[in-house]
Amino acid sequence: MSFHPKMAYDATFHRSARELEEEGPPFAYTATNRARFDEIVKRYPEDRRRSAVLPALYLVQSQQGYITANAIRHVAELLGITRADVEDVVSFYTMFYTKPVGKFVVQVCRTLSCALNGAERVTEELAAKLGIEPGQTDTSGTFTLLEVECLGACDRAPVVMVNDAWHERLKPEDASKLVDDLRTKGESALSGCHLVAERTKR
Amino acid sequence: MGPQRKVRNVDPILTKHVREPNSFTLDFYLQHEGYSALKTALTKKPDELIEMVKASGLRGRGGAGFPTGMKWQFVDKKMSPRYIACNADESEPGTFKDHLLMERNPHLLIEGCAIGCYAIGAKVAYIYIRGEFLHVQTVLERAIDEAYARGFLGRNILGSGFDCDVYMHRGAGAYEAGEETALLESLEGKRAQPRNKPPFPAVVGLYNKPTAVNNVETLCNVPIIVAKGAEWFAALGPEKNGGPKLYCVSGHVKKPGVYEASMNVTLRELIEGYAGGVPEGRKLKAVIPGGSSVPILMPDQLDTQASFDGIQKAGSLLGSAAIIVLDDTTCMVWLAENLLHFYRHESCGKCTPCREGTDWIYKILRRIERGEGQTRDLDLLQSISANIAGKTLCAFGDAAVTPVTTTLKHFRHEYEAHIREKRCTLHAGWRARQPVGAH
Repeated sequence: MSFHPKMAYDATFHRSARELEEEGPPFAYTATNRARFDEIVKRYPEDRRRSAVLPALYLVQSQQGYITANAIRHVAELLGITRADVEDVVSFYTMFYTKPVGKFVVQVCRTLSCALNGAERVTEELAAKLGIEPGQTDTSGTFTLLEVECLGACDRAPVVMVNDAWHERLKPEDASKLVDDLRTKGESALSGCHLVAERTKR
Repeated sequence: MGPQRKVRNVDPILTKHVREPNSFTLDFYLQHEGYSALKTALTKKPDELIEMVKASGLRGRGGAGFPTGMKWQFVDKKMSPRYIACNADESEPGTFKDHLLMERNPHLLIEGCAIGCYAIGAKVAYIYIRGEFLHVQTVLERAIDEAYARGFLGRNILGSGFDCDVYMHRGAGAYEAGEETALLESLEGKRAQPRNKPPFPAVVGLYNKPTAVNNVETLCNVPIIVAKGAEWFAALGPEKNGGPKLYCVSGHVKKPGVYEASMNVTLRELIEGYAGGVPEGRKLKAVIPGGSSVPILMPDQLDTQASFDGIQKAGSLLGSAAIIVLDDTTCMVWLAENLLHFYRHESCGKCTPCREGTDWIYKILRRIERGEGQTRDLDLLQSISANIAGKTLCAFGDAAVTPVTTTLKHFRHEYEAHIREKRCTLHAGWRARQPVGAH
């Protein structure tokens, strides 16, 4: 394999260029989260507690918004694995944040079916409205804008996910209004998944 | 998906009740003969069930189309415990069928898991669901609780002495977790990276124990086989392609959605009939028949039967039955760039050809799409693709280069036009007004 002479090696392009987690404040689960953790661990064989690492990290994220080195230490101790084992997982999966994110994490699906229906323009409109580039958080800490890969709602393209909720068929011209609505109404401004909406409507 | 449309070649079975408001509840499911297949199954011997699934010819709905009965037979019955891992990761671009099944018919999946566990002698099934499907997970968890409360899961199910637990396991954003061995790694609390095969999961799977990894739609078909019989199932559709199938039609069509049909259906019927065809004033340019990882088919191949064997004969793969329709406003270089952005991002990084190669290909495609390409780049694309395909642990490598090789095969002239004109000549209204930079 010959390396193309004009192809500059661009370190920022690689995932390996990520930074280490910040230390953060001391971390321990709240009593409620600890109880939930204990419940989750029971799903797996006793000598396979490590299986609970993803749910355990979700609990961390729901408690303090993002994952810090102290949280990693806590999870590692509870599961009886090394910090490196947990760090390994945190750095692999895209749904774990290692930096503070906005109150609303707006994730635009950019993969083919959404892109064919205008997802690129949705991202453009959102970026212009929020004054940030994808990957950034606005100065007030309200919005984080991200581009993500296929969300599995291709029949309702373009789809965006805000925190854990969906907003379907977001037209580029409606993107700016959605931002305003999120500011005033919060997550109730979202359409949700149409299947959920149909279920709760009746 | 809009209101349920009339299905032309078979009455819907898997999605029969999905439009009814309470279809996800246990009471509704029981009113429609729910869990009667589990009752029947528990009166049979496990081996009889495996033979039945084999006779039905049920093929895995996740992408590979491997016979499910065979997979279950290969599960090493001398080792225990054994497991079922249900693949609900559904992350192949263009696929959204399992989402519908789990959201609106969760008990069918739970019943399928329970029958599957009984057949292979497992006591635990894990449903590995992608992290973005939190609302679906809520529905399934509720359904699982209902099933426990009424004795369809748990200890001594329906007085048969058979124990079965079903647990949800939430992924966290990794396409590769849909690959069966990567799914098992992820379930074990590690990075979702594939294992070398063999040994296959049927022998060395979850926690190194024999494991059957089955797609959601596959397991949902199991209660139907038990209830209606293997012969009925096999007769529904062409030979070796029996049973109801869910098709996901998206992209440039008037009515994108999930459509249920037997595999006698053709691509033309699915696209022009069920999905209403391409928008007014536009022409069909190409079709991706089975998710972003498969070769494209051209408009003159629309009368291909949309079965595993039919599509394969036409030179592509049915995969997860995700039909992505492309009209004449689609630039094929842009398409390849879009998909390689996906594959570059999702490459798990375990095998060097895939980890490095997808990045190189993406950069070259981006360069060509921006009008900065050179003619020799096309040979370079071919060369890199040839050095990724077949040289990785899992099928991801082959999948990742397919958008490049297939567009180069059918639309080489578009690549050449980009290089000659030094720009993309197709600027459709749905594209960004200016090239979106790399992020």
